[in-house]
Amino acid sequence: MRDNPVDALTLVYLARLSDAFGASTESVRPPVAVTTVAALRDWLAARGGAWAAELAPPRAVRFAVNHELAQADTVVRPGDEVALFPPVTGG
Amino acid sequence: MPVRIQESDFDLTAELATLRGGDPRVGAVAAFVGTVRDVAGAAPLSTLTLEHYPGMTEKSLAAIVDTAKSRWDIFDALVIHRVGALRPTDQIVLVGVTGAHRGEAFAACEFIMDYLKTRAPFWKKETNALGSHWVEARDSDDEAAARWQPAGRRES
Repeated sequence: MRDNPVDALTLVYLARLSDAFGASTESVRPPVAVTTVAALRDWLAARGGAWAAELAPPRAVRFAVNHELAQADTVVRPGDEVALFPPVTGG
Repeated sequence: MPVRIQESDFDLTAELATLRGGDPRVGAVAAFVGTVRDVAGAAPLSTLTLEHYPGMTEKSLAAIVDTAKSRWDIFDALVIHRVGALRPTDQIVLVGVTGAHRGEAFAACEFIMDYLKTRAPFWKKETNALGSHWVEARDSDDEAAARWQPAGRRES
C-alpha cells in the first residue's frame, strides 16, 4: 500500500466492504473535483452494482483518511490512504 | 506499550500485575474483560473472527488511552485486543486502569471501552454450521460513547 504513485489515492476496503467489492485495496485517480470524503463516496457509488448498493445513502459507511477517522467534509489529496468500512464492532 | 493487538490469549492476573508495577501510589485497579458469547442464533456459534485495520488500530487505541489519561486522574492504562479466530467463551479484550481512587479508575475504564466499541477499527464475523455473516453495529454502542461528550459537541 505504501508504494502507491504520489498522484493516486490508495483505497482500503475492510470487513463487509472487502467482501462486497472483491478486493482489499485499490489505487485510483479520481477527477480533480473529488476533494472530499463525500465527493469520493459519490464518485465510487456511481460505479453502480455493489458500489451503489454499499455506498449510496443511507447505507452507513465510515471513512478513515491516513488512519484517522474522517467526516464527510474531510479533505482527500493525492497520495492519501483512504479506508472505507462498516461501523466498527470490536470489543 | 499501553496498547497491544495480538492473536494469542492474555493472562488477566499477569497483565494487571505488570500494569500496577509495584507502584505504592496505586489504590484502585479497574479492569474490563470482554468475552465471546453465543447469542443462540439459528445454529450454535463455532467461530468469531476478529478483523482489524493494521496501522490505524494501534493509533486509534493509543489516542483513546491518551484522552482517558487527560480526562481522569489515573496513573496508567492498558488495552489488549485479540484478532483472528476465536471461540465461544474466549477472551477478546482487556482494558485495565490504575489510579489512586476507584471513581476515576472505573470511569476511565468504561470510557475507554465505550470509545473502543465505536472508534477502533475492529469487525466481528460470526461463523456457524449455516455459514458466515458480519456482525452489525448497534445504536446502543453509539449512545454509550456519546454520553462522554460535552453537550453541544456530539459527533455524527
